Amino acid sequence: MAGIRTRLQQAWQLLRRLSGDDAYERYLRLYARHGHTAAPLSREAFFRAWQEEQWDGVKRCC
Amino acid sequence: MNKTLSSLVWLSIAVIGAGAVGGIALHRGESINALWFIAAAVCVFAIAYRFYAAWIAAKVLVVDPSRATPAERLDNGRDYVPTNKWVVFGHHFAAIAGPGPLVGPTLAAQFGYLPGTLWILVGAVLGGAVQDMVTLFLSTRRNGRSLGQMARDELGPIGGAAALIGTFIIMVILIAVLGLVVVNAMKHSPWATSTVAATIPIAMIVGLYMRHFRPGRVLEASVLGVALLLFSVFAGGWIDHHASLRVIFDQEGLTLAWWVMAYGFAAAIMPVWLLLAPRDYLSTFMKVGTISLLAIAIILLQPEVKMPALTQFIDGSGPIFGGTLFPFVFITIACGAISGFHALIASGTSPKLLANEGDIRMIGYGAMLLESFVAIMAMIAATVLDPGVFFAINSSAGVVGKEAADAVATISAWGFPVTVEQMESLARDMGESTLFARTGGAPSLAVGMASIFGSAFGQSMLALWYHFAIMFEAIFILTTLDAGTRVGRFMLQDMLGNIWPKMGQTSWYPSVLLTSAIVVSGWGYFLYIGVIDPNGGVNILWPLFGISNQMLAAIALSVGTGILIKSGRLKYAWVTGLPLAWLVLITSAAAWEKITSPDIRVGFLAAANDMADKLAAGVLPPEKVAVAPQLILNQQLDAALTLFFVAVLWIVILDMLRVSYRYLAGKPVRPLSETPHTMTQLDQAWVRH
Repeated sequence: MAGIRTRLQQAWQLLRRLSGDDAYERYLRLYARHGHTAAPLSREAFFRAWQEEQWDGVKRCC
Repeated sequence: MNKTLSSLVWLSIAVIGAGAVGGIALHRGESINALWFIAAAVCVFAIAYRFYAAWIAAKVLVVDPSRATPAERLDNGRDYVPTNKWVVFGHHFAAIAGPGPLVGPTLAAQFGYLPGTLWILVGAVLGGAVQDMVTLFLSTRRNGRSLGQMARDELGPIGGAAALIGTFIIMVILIAVLGLVVVNAMKHSPWATSTVAATIPIAMIVGLYMRHFRPGRVLEASVLGVALLLFSVFAGGWIDHHASLRVIFDQEGLTLAWWVMAYGFAAAIMPVWLLLAPRDYLSTFMKVGTISLLAIAIILLQPEVKMPALTQFIDGSGPIFGGTLFPFVFITIACGAISGFHALIASGTSPKLLANEGDIRMIGYGAMLLESFVAIMAMIAATVLDPGVFFAINSSAGVVGKEAADAVATISAWGFPVTVEQMESLARDMGESTLFARTGGAPSLAVGMASIFGSAFGQSMLALWYHFAIMFEAIFILTTLDAGTRVGRFMLQDMLGNIWPKMGQTSWYPSVLLTSAIVVSGWGYFLYIGVIDPNGGVNILWPLFGISNQMLAAIALSVGTGILIKSGRLKYAWVTGLPLAWLVLITSAAAWEKITSPDIRVGFLAAANDMADKLAAGVLPPEKVAVAPQLILNQQLDAALTLFFVAVLWIVILDMLRVSYRYLAGKPVRPLSETPHTMTQLDQAWVRH
């Protein structure tokens, strides 16, 4: 039972990761690890920059 | 003991696979079960992945899991990020899998189910997947450099320039042909047109939701968007029955083509967050969902494939596109077997995310096999239709006649019986006024999908399934159209920036407007001609797209072969050299026929001359006289373009051979641009969780 629960959680995390739903949380974790002193970007400001970056270059094919 | 067991398992997979391939190849009867196709594909792909891809990784590329990847060395938390392999796989697959593998197999089904199916299986295993994997590997060893940069670094400026210009032109042709597919699916169909139109405001709502209402909540917004999309399919049916609303969406092909161009221009200059990004989320979810649903339905239902293994049209007289089996089946199915476009993704985002070189096989080779599987399902969906119905939907009026009675008489005379009543009742079931001459592949795929879904999940909703399938195809065709126009704009800004630096600023509005307008007029021209062409346009544009896509694949394989030889691995150079030689053969042969063939349905120049003669002799009907000069000019332009593609192809090949010869003769060549080995420091458990 616990095994199924973990599996489901992993699948949910994979989905969030693939879609970019957790991008801001990952950014905050990375930010904390690098030990910056200034406040990190707000969720809105981060998402704005992140989305612009996602579409720089060939991203979709035939 | 374990080893024996594993050998036994693989041996049985091999036997089942050989049986399935043999079965579909040798079967000659009324119909054949679609499960044979699935079994053949699964077994062939499993064996290729387990043995051939593993061998290439270990012996040819010498993948080194101890070597730090660019994602690790250059980790900046933005584009270079060491990423779990399943996440990279998901991103890579979503990027490479577009509408191409759905359209190509549908068109190639005119030769029967066998040629296309065999080419998808063999082409993917020995060509497409190898190209993707080798390109991904080479780019990973070069800090994620693009195909064009690698061509310049390893072969020289000629190869680099060829890759750049080739990419730009292929983009223009690709968007034009995809635009034509959507226009043909919407022509005089208020239901399809209103549903497709609704995807635009829905994408914007999703974009606004993610941007302002709940910033960054991608999944929430996508669930909302998918729900709205499904609702729009229902609402389309209501509009179709509404006397005054249906007229707004009941449009000629040409009007719709102008709409698509206006949309493409607007999408290219609008901010990414408002239209492109949310549309992409929706299209990715729809794509994954619908393809999985189709796979489940095919496995549950095991439909019978009714198309014969081979049709008489292998002689070149096919109604969907002119040209003999060789080389045209290999040109028609590019995506799904081998697609040069993938090399741009494999040398773009994906190498910057790889946490370990050991993941290259799964991402490069594996994702392509999955795309081929999609192509196999498209082939099944096209061939489960009665062949008569399939040809009635896909043959243009210029070939089988404008009147329904003429069309069914012609098609039945080919040995594929179909009646006007049958087509009318099918159109009624699908909620369309007619299904005759709905060329481009999308409507017949939608009819195929609707009949599969209908028998699995209920016949009463055929019209809904049909329009769901049309919406599904349109939404990611429009994503490719948006994204492609944008990439074309960036490339053009980059090129013009060399002449006038200000033009190169991607955010300078006059430059954005000008370059977007140029790119849209580029593909808009081909789309316009495709729509006014009485023979349907697909006949012309799809082969052109196939040739250009295969040309790009040949450039990627040339870069790979050149680097293998320069790295002293001549004895393994056949791994990329063999598919390269095949591509050179088929693209050159196809280009030769497209330029020189006296058959007016194959040769561009023959068609131009024939029309010019008829125009001069005054034997053309009045509606054709008006468009004839444009069609003549276009056929000549297409011939020039084909010549250009083949010239670029040969220039790159000769450049690669020159570099290889110099290396083998001990003369100086450009040094390998591979980055030196650094030991990986990544805690694998952390990345791979």
